[in-house]
Amino acid sequence: METLKLIGAIIVLLGSIFLLLGSLGLVRMPDLFTRIQAGTKASTLGTMLTLVGIIFITPNWTGKLIILILFVLITNPISSHVLARAAHFSKIKLSDKTIIDQLADDGIEDKEKEKINNNKE
Amino acid sequence: MTIVLFSVWILLNNSFNPIILIIGVGVSVSIALLLCNKCSVFNQIKLSPKSFVYSIVFTFVFLIELIKSNFDVAYRVISPKLPINPGIVKVKTTLTSEIGRMILANSITLTPGTLSIDIHEEFIYVHWINVEDRDVDAATEAIVNKFEKYLKEIYG
Amino acid sequence: MVEQLLNISAIIILISVLLSLYRFIKGPTSFDRIAAFDTMTISTIGLIGIISYLSGRIIYIDIAIVYGLLSFLGVIIISKYLEKSL
Repeated sequence: METLKLIGAIIVLLGSIFLLLGSLGLVRMPDLFTRIQAGTKASTLGTMLTLVGIIFITPNWTGKLIILILFVLITNPISSHVLARAAHFSKIKLSDKTIIDQLADDGIEDKEKEKINNNKE
Repeated sequence: MTIVLFSVWILLNNSFNPIILIIGVGVSVSIALLLCNKCSVFNQIKLSPKSFVYSIVFTFVFLIELIKSNFDVAYRVISPKLPINPGIVKVKTTLTSEIGRMILANSITLTPGTLSIDIHEEFIYVHWINVEDRDVDAATEAIVNKFEKYLKEIYG
Repeated sequence: MVEQLLNISAIIILISVLLSLYRFIKGPTSFDRIAAFDTMTISTIGLIGIISYLSGRIIYIDIAIVYGLLSFLGVIIISKYLEKSL
């Protein structure tokens, strides 16, 4: 029982270190999209590991914690995807290191913008 | 739909008291009856033993990729020179069902160094932190294929 | 031993929330601010989990669920607004 708790605490510590690395990436990365990447991935696994560790420590709370883990796992990629789409749509500048941008080259977004403007008129 | 809601209710209450179970059945059936005009997405899931096995395998593949992606991010963040080479490429998918595409896009977001930005017809536009190949087919091979073969069995 | 490890991880998560707060204040565009907000709230869910064990109250987990729901809705609504397609 005591070893199970210790394993859980170590998993929690690992998760918090991933969270720290994720926000460090948020500070260090040069442009918006790379910041979103670092933030999303590290924070998803970090929070999941933290909650799994708490499941190990207190097995009575398993149900609610599983719901919370599934919730984080499903919603976090969706919100970062919507954020990235909106950012690219409103022409946020990519960093200087970027070598290719096929989405802007295809010009799909310009057509969608024209459609929105036509609807407004 | 009812089954999903009812299992959420059991996990949330964390008990098997008969009164709570009866309330849970009532609430989940009535919500499913009221709002189920649009829940045809669940019907696209193939119910067979083979798809069940494939979904378990897919879960394990996905978790391994998630852990790999975190070590990747950690390596890129810690190393002082920031080894990034970003760009936006487009990849091709052959999945047709809505829910399959949604899960594919979410999996792409959580795998090493990729972030799905937009879906347009059969192409998914992906922001790749370390572009290895600019060609559509080669990028598809590198990003999509490892998930697509499982999702094709599950959702068609 | 267990409680000490949990305290250390709570402090580490607090430091990471402070780092994302730095990006939230400094961020050149509003999209950077939303990305920082997203990371900050997701980290705070883990912090609420740890605090709920340390104080021994399961009700804090429900608070974490509602908190995650609200932050998800907030991020999606603000980015849809900035995309001008709401």
